Amino acid sequence: MSFFTPENLGKAQVLVGLYPDKRSALIPLCHLAQGQHGHLSNEAMVEIAELLGIQPAEVMGTASFYDMLHTEEVGKYLVGVCTNVACMLGGGLELLEHASDVLGIPPGATTDDGMFTLEEVECVAHCDKAPCAQVNYRYFGPLADSDFDRLVDDLRSDRLSETVPPHGVLSRVFRDAPAMVPLEIIHQERRDMDEAKKARLAAQNQDAGGKQ
Amino acid sequence: MSTKIVTARVGVPDSYLLSTYLEHGGYSSLKKALAMTPEEVHAEVNASGMLGRGGAGFEAGRKWAMLKQDVVRYLVVNGDESEPSTFKDHLLVEQDPHQLVEGTLITAYAIGASRAFIYLRGEFALGLERVQAAINEAYAYGAVGRNIFGSGFSIDLVLQPGAGAYICGEETALIESLEGKRGFPRIKPPYFPAVIGLYGAPTIVNNVETMSNIPWIIANGGKSFAALGKGRSTGTRLFALSGDVLRPGNYELEMTSKTFRELIFDPEFGGGLRDGRSVKAVIPGGVSAPWIGPDNLDLPLGQDEVAQAGSMLGSGSIIVIDDHSCAVRAAWRITKFFNRESCGQCTPCREGSGWIEKIMHRIELGSATESDLDLVLDVCDNIAPGLTWPPQQTTICVLGPSIPSSVVSAIKMFRDEFMIHIKEEGCPFVH
Amino acid sequence: MSTDVSQNLITISVDGKEIKAVPGELVIEAAEKAGVFIPRFCYHNRLPQVGMCRMCLVEVKGPRGFALQPSCYLPVSDGMEVITESDKVKKAQDGVLELLLINHPLDCPTCDKGGECPLQDQTLTYGPGESRFAEEKRHWEKPIAISDLVFLDRERCIQCDRCTRFADVIAGDALIEFIGRGDHTEINVFPDRPFSSYFSGNTVQICPVGALTASPYRFKARPWDLSQVESSCTTCSMGCRIMVQSSQNELTRYLGLDSDSINHGWLCDKGRFGFEAVNSSDRVTVPLIRKNGSFTETTWASALSLIASKVSSAKAAGDPNRIGFLLGSRLTNEDIYAWVKLAKGVVASDSVDCQLGDGLSGKVISVLPRATINQAASAKAILAFTGDIREEIPVLFLRLREAIKSGKTKLATIGTHASSLDQLSDVSVKVSPDQLQLLARELMQESSKFPDIASLFTTQGVASDGDGLVVLLGRENLAWDRSVAEAFAVELSRALPKAKFLITIRSSNFAGGVDLGAVPGLLPGRTPIEDASLKLRQKWVNLPGRAGYGAAEMLKSALRGEVDVLFLVGSDPRQDYVDSVLANSALDQVGFVVSVDTYLSQSSSMADLILPASSFAEKSGTTTNLEGRVLTLNQKVTPRGLSRPDWTIASEIALELGEDLGFTSAADVLDEIAEVSPLHWGLSWHRLTRSAALEGVVIPISPTSLSIRPNAMLDQVSTPGIASVWNQGLASSKTSFLENDSEGDIEQVAEAPSQATRGLGESIWPLAPIQLLGFMNLVYTPKLYSHGEHLKNSPHLSHLAVEAKCRISGRTANDLGFETGDSVRVADKAGGEGLFELEIDDSVRDGTVELTRGSFAISGFSPVRIGETVNYVKVERA
Repeated sequence: MSFFTPENLGKAQVLVGLYPDKRSALIPLCHLAQGQHGHLSNEAMVEIAELLGIQPAEVMGTASFYDMLHTEEVGKYLVGVCTNVACMLGGGLELLEHASDVLGIPPGATTDDGMFTLEEVECVAHCDKAPCAQVNYRYFGPLADSDFDRLVDDLRSDRLSETVPPHGVLSRVFRDAPAMVPLEIIHQERRDMDEAKKARLAAQNQDAGGKQ
Repeated sequence: MSTKIVTARVGVPDSYLLSTYLEHGGYSSLKKALAMTPEEVHAEVNASGMLGRGGAGFEAGRKWAMLKQDVVRYLVVNGDESEPSTFKDHLLVEQDPHQLVEGTLITAYAIGASRAFIYLRGEFALGLERVQAAINEAYAYGAVGRNIFGSGFSIDLVLQPGAGAYICGEETALIESLEGKRGFPRIKPPYFPAVIGLYGAPTIVNNVETMSNIPWIIANGGKSFAALGKGRSTGTRLFALSGDVLRPGNYELEMTSKTFRELIFDPEFGGGLRDGRSVKAVIPGGVSAPWIGPDNLDLPLGQDEVAQAGSMLGSGSIIVIDDHSCAVRAAWRITKFFNRESCGQCTPCREGSGWIEKIMHRIELGSATESDLDLVLDVCDNIAPGLTWPPQQTTICVLGPSIPSSVVSAIKMFRDEFMIHIKEEGCPFVH
Repeated sequence: MSTDVSQNLITISVDGKEIKAVPGELVIEAAEKAGVFIPRFCYHNRLPQVGMCRMCLVEVKGPRGFALQPSCYLPVSDGMEVITESDKVKKAQDGVLELLLINHPLDCPTCDKGGECPLQDQTLTYGPGESRFAEEKRHWEKPIAISDLVFLDRERCIQCDRCTRFADVIAGDALIEFIGRGDHTEINVFPDRPFSSYFSGNTVQICPVGALTASPYRFKARPWDLSQVESSCTTCSMGCRIMVQSSQNELTRYLGLDSDSINHGWLCDKGRFGFEAVNSSDRVTVPLIRKNGSFTETTWASALSLIASKVSSAKAAGDPNRIGFLLGSRLTNEDIYAWVKLAKGVVASDSVDCQLGDGLSGKVISVLPRATINQAASAKAILAFTGDIREEIPVLFLRLREAIKSGKTKLATIGTHASSLDQLSDVSVKVSPDQLQLLARELMQESSKFPDIASLFTTQGVASDGDGLVVLLGRENLAWDRSVAEAFAVELSRALPKAKFLITIRSSNFAGGVDLGAVPGLLPGRTPIEDASLKLRQKWVNLPGRAGYGAAEMLKSALRGEVDVLFLVGSDPRQDYVDSVLANSALDQVGFVVSVDTYLSQSSSMADLILPASSFAEKSGTTTNLEGRVLTLNQKVTPRGLSRPDWTIASEIALELGEDLGFTSAADVLDEIAEVSPLHWGLSWHRLTRSAALEGVVIPISPTSLSIRPNAMLDQVSTPGIASVWNQGLASSKTSFLENDSEGDIEQVAEAPSQATRGLGESIWPLAPIQLLGFMNLVYTPKLYSHGEHLKNSPHLSHLAVEAKCRISGRTANDLGFETGDSVRVADKAGGEGLFELEIDDSVRDGTVELTRGSFAISGFSPVRIGETVNYVKVERA
């Protein structure tokens, strides 16, 4: 039994094929798995390990390094409130406190209905809209308390499903390109380019020598 | 009206689509470059004098020249913009992804890369969609893939998402991450990417903004670029202004043409501070940089000018702290950031960042003593001996020695404020 | 080699003192050799460096003056100036230690590492007196079991990456990893995927804190209660150097010693935790005699006199070869010599064998040019026709893996089944017996039918006479008669006379057995009996007049009632002989079976008389590893009960028979060996136990034989728990094995004994390709944790024993209509059959059945029948 759906397994195989060393596909595959399942399950990591020819522990070791890869279940909407310095100056810490009150959970927790997980996040590069928050990595800001309340309301009532897909779905645009040019062809091209360059430089030097 | 290079199309409707890009002359630079020899393209970039826009500020053309000429070599674009209060690349990838793709392909041609990767910060969901769509369009247009525009030059371009780790903005950590591993920075020497980079092959790592300048440089010539700015600071630069200003945002300015004061107060840019508040401190170039005081506001926004004042222009971000904001709290929040983002390899950074954060938090909350100031400075000293600028490094990468900057700046500039926290057992500011 | 290096030495200054250094070596190593110890945690001399702990920072002069740099990551350069003791360095060391300790629990009094802990020791030497850390420490659940053998306490972990590096880079078992980031980084396994590596104990050994502990040692002893001796592991033929530690006369722990030539400090778990078998409560401690079907205690005196009378009457009946001797892998060289002398020099029986159908002919082993382990690890190319090295000689696998991964050598494997070596090989060829001869003849020829191997070897620079090639020769498949491998090797050696062979037979001290005449027809020194020297004849008064039996012939004779007395000295043929049907029925027919054993094994429990033998670490002596290296074994604890070393038992029996073997100590035995065996010339207990000779010497010794002081003595932090502090900083050195020696007169060195090639004749066995309807090829191989007395008596290992499964490929299963989990009947050609659970395993070749040796004991069934060149079995639904 495969963890990936047939469609995603096809995508996984495309991703594995993009790199000279297939382990490079590890993070893209983790995102793909999260997109399918909402979080990165053990079952998914075992399958990713198989696809990459490494141990599941290696997949987990890498995945656990990154904040966006969640090996535990998270809510449908992962709400990240930024409290880093620019947002903090704009009231980020207070916004986080408000978010915690509104959702009824401390940062790091998930609401009982599985709708929301609240996170305190580091700078998300949206500082001109401080204080800001991200929901499943879609940005909102600046957010006064009332803006936040409206955002939660919109999410609860599915009014933002166009812009904010469920957690795990990161990019909705998949690679659409011809098969990779075989590296042997590229390497031959480069050898030829380098040879030609050398020849040009030699000719230039000769010219320079002649002029002297 | 000052010249706009990288943000020329920002604000144009559907600026991210190929059709819009082509209407504005898109991909003509790539065609032009492919008709040149790689060394001619390189020469134009050399002539531009462009400094890398990532943070270290090393000249792009010189970096390319250091690439070891093995047959297999790679180009990696660093789009892992995570330096707090830096949001310029975020704008560029969302609003003008084709400009990035074109610049990347021109660079790949100039350096003879066998494959190019754009490593984009994972949190940039929209950016990932826009760049991937742009790459797909570029393939369909024939600008990338086999035999680009019939030039005989072939290359594939791969978009790699990050997954949430600040340290991956460090180029060797980014390479590790791109190899599917934990983002552990590598030790330099010997792991200079230009010699031993991705998969052990020579690799050029360039920033998104750097790449986005390339099409303009090829179209207009390196000399036109160099004509902008002054000294080593050529061209324009995208400044990300944030914090206690009325109009935070990205402003593309000719380098050295404006001062901090002008950027912060000019109604066209920052628009000044709220309610007649005054500037208490400015954090230029990212949170690793030492703070500058109001006395330095007339410094021009140039690489060397800021360095001479004892700080750095870094990533081009500028955070303004006004006199109603707490310096202790700002410094604490920055140490918390570093603690959370330390990769965990080196003992001083892994353990020291947490300890410093805990002490700073105690000070902010009012449960510290005066001796804690000495303690926190000594722990800082154990990460960056001497607490000098630029710092002495005892760790594998520069994250470690970046930790003390804000602590040392804040204590040096606002010791009184620290003492009030200690004596009054709490923060005197209203949050 | 050493002269080449010295010419290229460069000079660096360390704390103002000029020292010589080898270009490319690290500052931390160069300083250490010059006697300057730089503290460290993550650095380990056998692991790739990571520069993470930052403990080894020193000041190094650069273009902008002195700056702190990690000495573990910085190669020396000529004229480099290094300061290791400045205030700046001290502050950095102090700072790192304080930071390491802020989250480290203060549970030293209850920590197994306390007293031998690099963190504790280096804190005392370099660290702050007191912590200024007033906050809450990091907490983890403690400890957690990450495997059956290893516990992990994450609170104690200092994230040095040693265990994870070892598991990934050295063992190739990336089952433990850093999880998380920053100061929340932990080491852990993947859920439900325990750290079940054959090499897991090494991570415990190199952990610089008490984060990793091994279940067999937890809370057993405190370091200051331990005493220790150096010895060599005899679990397999590798001869890994170990430190044997005990407390209150009970073995508590083995630690791997860093020997450059052998194990690089590593051990396999079976060896490391095998000390429990010595401590087993099931040991035989008194002589036991069978009376009316059950054992009763007897005295040594009456046991010995009974033996003497049985031997005497058997001898009187005419043919001394009817008195057989099977010698097992427990025996030291001295034990073997004494028993062979008893057999061939007193009883006049040539029926002696030290293998149980699972090895190779002593004569063939004798004639093949030997390679050392280091030669294999640095060969231009390796050809492997051997059992799975990882299963049989695990640490050799680590050595080869490292050599191959580093690109020093390349590997081609040939055989019948997938093995862990295949994952390292560039070429892997599956062969049938009849292809082997062809392969041997044509190996390096352009027209070879195996062009991949030929081209790999040629590219690697192997000469057409085989120069540069090392062949790993073992029993690739026990279902093929040993003659298949022997014929292949002989043919190969003829075709490629310069190729060298490393004999990869698992059984410990098989090499000592062959070298000392524990095979029919040979005497010590691999001398044919008819060529016995005058010196030997003086000491061996009663040489055999006729050729005797090897194990197979002995058992077959026994079956015919032609063996009167059989000595099983540490040998358990009922369990271990490849053809267990033959062994069991044969032993039932022997007139009188004497078992000299440590346990009630399958064989000894059926014997007529059991003599209790001393076990490993209860006696001193020497052993010879697979490359012919003679290594010391040291006594650490007193022999259990009334048990005695095997060599003294032989002496006692000889005395009862009226002959004095002539020695009173193991050292005496070694002296006599050196006297009568040209191969062992120059050996003495004194020479072998000098500090510079701790990793033994490859025989035959020549005046240029080198001994290398093991590196383990250098670095207390590399292997916590072994070296005393005073040993730190001593450089490894190579000295002549014979030099500075009051005993030996080097002038006397005869030319190295020429290896006898005669006696082999044209005895190449015919290879008949057999195809029988319905029968399938059989692959029969051991696993590391195959059943046996060693495993059974080691409580922490016994439950790791492999399960009996019949493995076939998915396609074969499909053809036969089987699924994983089916119960099947495996039938051999002689009509025996056994029931097995079927497992589909696509590493098995189609049309082939794999069974694991030592995973089952079914009477009347032996998948291998001795005498068959190639064994086949049938698999049917049960």
